[in-house]
Amino acid sequence: MTDKKEILRVSSLNVSFQDRSRGLFGKNNRIQVLKDVSFSMKEGEILGLVGESGSGKSTLAKAILGLIPYEGEISQTSSYPQMIFQDPYGSLNPAKKVGWILEEPLRLKGGLDSAQRKQRVREMLIRVGLDESIADRYPNQLSGGQRQRVCIAGALMQEPALLIADEPVSALDVTIQAQILELLKRLHKEMGLSILFISHDLRVVYQMCDNVMIMKGGQLVEQGPVEEVYFHHQNEYTANLLKAAGINY
Amino acid sequence: MRYAGKKLLTMFLTLFAVTLFVFLAFHVISGDPASSMLGTEATPAKLEALREEMGLNDPVLVQYGRWAGRFLMGDMGTSYSYRMPVSNMVTDKIPVTLTLTILAFLMMVLISIPLGIYTAKHAGGFIDRTIYILNQIIMAFPPFFSGILITLLFGKIFKLFTPGGYISYEKDFSGFVGYLFFPALAIALPKAAMAVKLLRSSVISESRLDYVRTAYSRGNRTNDVLYKHVLKNALIPVVTFLGMALTDMIAGSIIIEQVFSIPGLGRILLISISNRDYPVVMAIIVCICLLVLIVNMIVDLVYGLIDPRISVK
Repeated sequence: MTDKKEILRVSSLNVSFQDRSRGLFGKNNRIQVLKDVSFSMKEGEILGLVGESGSGKSTLAKAILGLIPYEGEISQTSSYPQMIFQDPYGSLNPAKKVGWILEEPLRLKGGLDSAQRKQRVREMLIRVGLDESIADRYPNQLSGGQRQRVCIAGALMQEPALLIADEPVSALDVTIQAQILELLKRLHKEMGLSILFISHDLRVVYQMCDNVMIMKGGQLVEQGPVEEVYFHHQNEYTANLLKAAGINY
Repeated sequence: MRYAGKKLLTMFLTLFAVTLFVFLAFHVISGDPASSMLGTEATPAKLEALREEMGLNDPVLVQYGRWAGRFLMGDMGTSYSYRMPVSNMVTDKIPVTLTLTILAFLMMVLISIPLGIYTAKHAGGFIDRTIYILNQIIMAFPPFFSGILITLLFGKIFKLFTPGGYISYEKDFSGFVGYLFFPALAIALPKAAMAVKLLRSSVISESRLDYVRTAYSRGNRTNDVLYKHVLKNALIPVVTFLGMALTDMIAGSIIIEQVFSIPGLGRILLISISNRDYPVVMAIIVCICLLVLIVNMIVDLVYGLIDPRISVK
């Protein structure tokens, strides 16, 4: 995998927010959410990002998508990285049919007529293991697993090179989790997709990822190949995380 | 069809309950139509004879049954104080109150939706904060008070209309609508202030959901996200509010008609209540009740149109 092209490089990334909680007379504090984060991803890599809630995982994802202002450098070869979220209920517009939702990325990109777009939507639905007829349904008529499949389909419509999966299975029950992880692995193989896999579940990360980064308080405390980090970790925090997950080495 | 049947049945039951309640309430408050009809000529013997003739000595429920039976046959009865058929009195007043209400509703929608969207988009900015303060003030005004202020400001100071110079719709329709403009504004303003606040917070909370983030990451621009994704979902609670506000406005116009001396349903309702002229009162109550029920049904239908999670089946 060493000769693969780099698709994402993040160098000394800093993100801070204005603290508004102090009210009228408070000092103008800025809260540093990400401190000097640097890493890179290669084509076709599944990179795990592990950390407790509030450690800055989702902020990092938002910065890569360009949804929030940041300092530092993010360079990527993939023009539109796409993202799937933890909660498949909130991430689909409840007022639109699945077909409309899946067609939208193609409409925005342009270049295809209505019939071609519908054809692509049908192909993608089958690819993520859903029935074509789902295109005519509203999101609330689907189960959690089906919704997450629709989210994945939507993210893949523009054929991105990089997919950011923010806790994609934490809201699903265990059997559905396994199916969705299986699907992500299959798509990774079939489409040569790179995945930034954000999770707090160390077992899932072990199953899925090639490399892993451990984040704490906005900083990357450890990164490297999964086997290396899990079995020869250098950092106290990583050891605690593994112990808490019952992976005791 | 089953849905329509159910709705009609509920409407009928509601009407029954409301009319019965009003009828009973009339017998609890003091004063009776016979004595107000006779006025100074009243002697105990004459009063008793008239009461007997009008059927006022029968038990309340028998009287209600008689009224309801005639009403269902299309006979609204005769006004005690004006000695003319109630239907004649009521039918030419309905367009006045209805126009006033519709005008006020349109104003509320036209003011609140653009302002709500604007303030949500520019939340925290100078205009947003100014509108926020204005909203708080306007919301605190009851319509009759805003009516008085508007009369003072636009009628007396700017002379944009003549207070009390009501023009009948039969004579000059545009003049009629022109006169109703300011009364409608008095009804619409407090409600519009509430709707702006509601829409603003609805748009903002909807914008925090993941699908909005997804929409941005697909390459949508801010306005596309707002109009194609957020707005339809954000409007759902607002439509509920607009529906409630509309029914409230029908009641609100009754009071505003007093302030601007508009001869609508509200005026004769108040006069008839003080005269104990219950055939007129009952007829007006039924009209208002029907209007409210129809409005509610329309809101339900609109709701089904904008929110796919609710289907009218």
